[in-house]
Amino acid sequence: MAKPLHPTPLLDELEKGPWPSFVTGLKRLAKDNDMAVDLLGQLEHSYETRMGYWKGGTLGVVGYGGGIIPRFSEIKNPDGSYRFPDAGEFHTLRIMPSAGMHYDTATLRQLCDVWQKHGSGLIALHGQSGDIMFQGASSENVQKAFDEFNEMGFDLGGAGPALRTSASCIGAARCEQSCFDEAKAHHLVINKFLDDLHRPALPYKFKFKFSGCPNDCTNSIQRSDFATIGTWRDNIRTDEAMAKKWVAKHGVTKLVNEVIGMCPTRAMQLKEAAAVAAGANISSVKVNDTQALEIDNKSCVRCMHCINVMTGGLQIGKDKGVTILIGGKSVLKIGATMGSVIIPFMPLSTDEDYEAYLDLGQRVMDFFAENALEHERTGEMIERIGLANFLEGIEVEIDPNMINRPRMNPYTNMAGWDEEVAKAEARKAAAA
Amino acid sequence: MAQPQVRKPIEGFLDNKKFLHPKFAANYGNWLTHDRPRPGVMHHVSRSGDEVWTVRAGTQRQMDHYTIRKLCDIADSHGEGFMRFTMRSNVEISVSSEAKVAPLIAELEKAGFPIGGTGNSVSMVAHTQGWMHCDIPGTDASGVVKSMMDNLIEEFKHEEMPNRVKLSTSCCEINCGGQADIAVVVQYTKPPKINHDLVSAICERPTVVARCPVAAIRPTIVNGKPSLEVDEKKCVCCGACFPPCPPMQINDPESNKIAIWVGGKNSNARSKPTFHKLVAAGLPNNAPRWPEVNAVVKKILMAYKADGRPWERMADWIDRIGWPAFFEKTDLPFTKYMIDDWRGGRVNLNASAQVRF
Repeated sequence: MAKPLHPTPLLDELEKGPWPSFVTGLKRLAKDNDMAVDLLGQLEHSYETRMGYWKGGTLGVVGYGGGIIPRFSEIKNPDGSYRFPDAGEFHTLRIMPSAGMHYDTATLRQLCDVWQKHGSGLIALHGQSGDIMFQGASSENVQKAFDEFNEMGFDLGGAGPALRTSASCIGAARCEQSCFDEAKAHHLVINKFLDDLHRPALPYKFKFKFSGCPNDCTNSIQRSDFATIGTWRDNIRTDEAMAKKWVAKHGVTKLVNEVIGMCPTRAMQLKEAAAVAAGANISSVKVNDTQALEIDNKSCVRCMHCINVMTGGLQIGKDKGVTILIGGKSVLKIGATMGSVIIPFMPLSTDEDYEAYLDLGQRVMDFFAENALEHERTGEMIERIGLANFLEGIEVEIDPNMINRPRMNPYTNMAGWDEEVAKAEARKAAAA
Repeated sequence: MAQPQVRKPIEGFLDNKKFLHPKFAANYGNWLTHDRPRPGVMHHVSRSGDEVWTVRAGTQRQMDHYTIRKLCDIADSHGEGFMRFTMRSNVEISVSSEAKVAPLIAELEKAGFPIGGTGNSVSMVAHTQGWMHCDIPGTDASGVVKSMMDNLIEEFKHEEMPNRVKLSTSCCEINCGGQADIAVVVQYTKPPKINHDLVSAICERPTVVARCPVAAIRPTIVNGKPSLEVDEKKCVCCGACFPPCPPMQINDPESNKIAIWVGGKNSNARSKPTFHKLVAAGLPNNAPRWPEVNAVVKKILMAYKADGRPWERMADWIDRIGWPAFFEKTDLPFTKYMIDDWRGGRVNLNASAQVRF
């Protein structure tokens, strides 16, 4: 039995309504957890005054430099003591879930047991980078809780100027659009750069994210420095039975308006079945007895729209791999930046493929560590030094897939033109 | 004296194989297609012929362990002992026979978990920590989100939008909630209030000066102590100085406002990924239920629902109808603050004679 609840008339308003209420959950915890009682008290005070009252600090676990988010209450009595003493220390442990955020119930219950014993009992599934956020432990209990999580096989996540916890989509585990083994790439990357995750020594945060296809369900392009997005090089596959079934159900009008008409590069046409073109880059499928869908795969940009709409009837290709984009980040300091293409395609299936992939990751991390300014993300660094310099630094050849369009101003010294033409010819010869 | 024994951490990322539903493990990388028999339910078919049904339910994200244990009980009694979570904190419980779907749904609903969030519905809001735990929050995302999802729960449970709708909420302008079709983000409207007695003791002044995106902060001496001052004419009230220097208080119960942004999209489907754009600001930080924010979000959603064509995301819809029609249909005022004057912002002007009337 815990101490009595503080009155919380404002928070009580958030117990109303049909969506699951976090306030009701906190009150359940408060029945036998004094930290939850005082958390409710402090939160009500925030709702009354419309201000936050936590300050950071320095706290960690043995052997690691990051991963704990220390919080001390700033609501004090005149004598300096905490007004909500049982939540005076309310630290968070960031714990990495396994790739894809899968659990069995025994493991989840065991995580709950540990947090019921050592913490407030409040758990966010999941934080915005993809950590399990175990919220609310006293300074004394942080190490105890971590030790138990760690014995279960879970490791601490990233914080500060470090490699951060990553996220991957459900991908190959349950999705037909998966173009690579997202969990494997996720796993290998985190384990390779674990030291950078646990011991913050980078200029600023660095995030990897993994999405199995260009639908990008982990939002890797906007939320990560190093986005790995699945794609394919060959033709869209088709299945006549499923394509016909879709058109029988939805009609040709919807096929024209919602599939063909929404193709961003006009790569699709509806044709009389007899008039369909043949060729190495053409996919086609009959959609009824007389008509067929024809796709020019040379014009296709792998946007996923038609495959999303006609799932099964249209399918991703077989020659799968990944596109890598670098430099995504949120607002601070130059405004949000999108990741941009650094590797248009690399295969990711054999051991050698993974080795090449991890080696690229290493070169990017090394370049970032050596060249970024303090508190500068990769996107800002690339904006400052220019993409061509960055590519030279990470030893990646230029490719027209990296740009929307060539430059529209003459302000650069092009004295090295002939040399660059020679390099372009060499690249062409190497690719042939 | 013997040293106390120190436990060294076991470093390494936990493999997910043992947490995969057996059907996921058996058909890994071999899925063929899927359909949605009803909102909140996905039916995946493998090239092997295997099938799996997944029920998706909304949660409050900030969960007490009792809630998680309840989900475990349901996954054991009505599922097959496995579950996973989506990026937007929805829980997914998978079963290997269609007959188990309806009882699983009934059990989740009985426990108060709404079923939905799939396809062209409004999914749960991706959000931040707020007053509950953050050290710099301007609002409480959990509360904003609870009030929004109470209002939008029918849109979560049904698939009636033109395409999927992803929402986010962020407690400061750093926008940790992320890009979204509709994003609710704190907007500061006053420069920081500086406690000059504390700056020299707490803040590394060159770091703070470097953090400002508009170079509005400079070192100074106040009452004989080293401090910092802000050129308030230059200040854009972004709050970037507050995290490295808490004596530069940016938060204020009155001047903290809330802005609404629309049309963020990270998928490559149809149009290229794009960032969300400002369409409303100056909304009060009106805890505990933020009615003004809710009214604007609903107005935008209903205009999109009424006018968007199938498969158009918010951004696609606005691309088609244009911004004048967006502001007309949503009845939101277009103000000078929506005209981008940040670096590179001129690309956001209409440099053409393509005008809609």
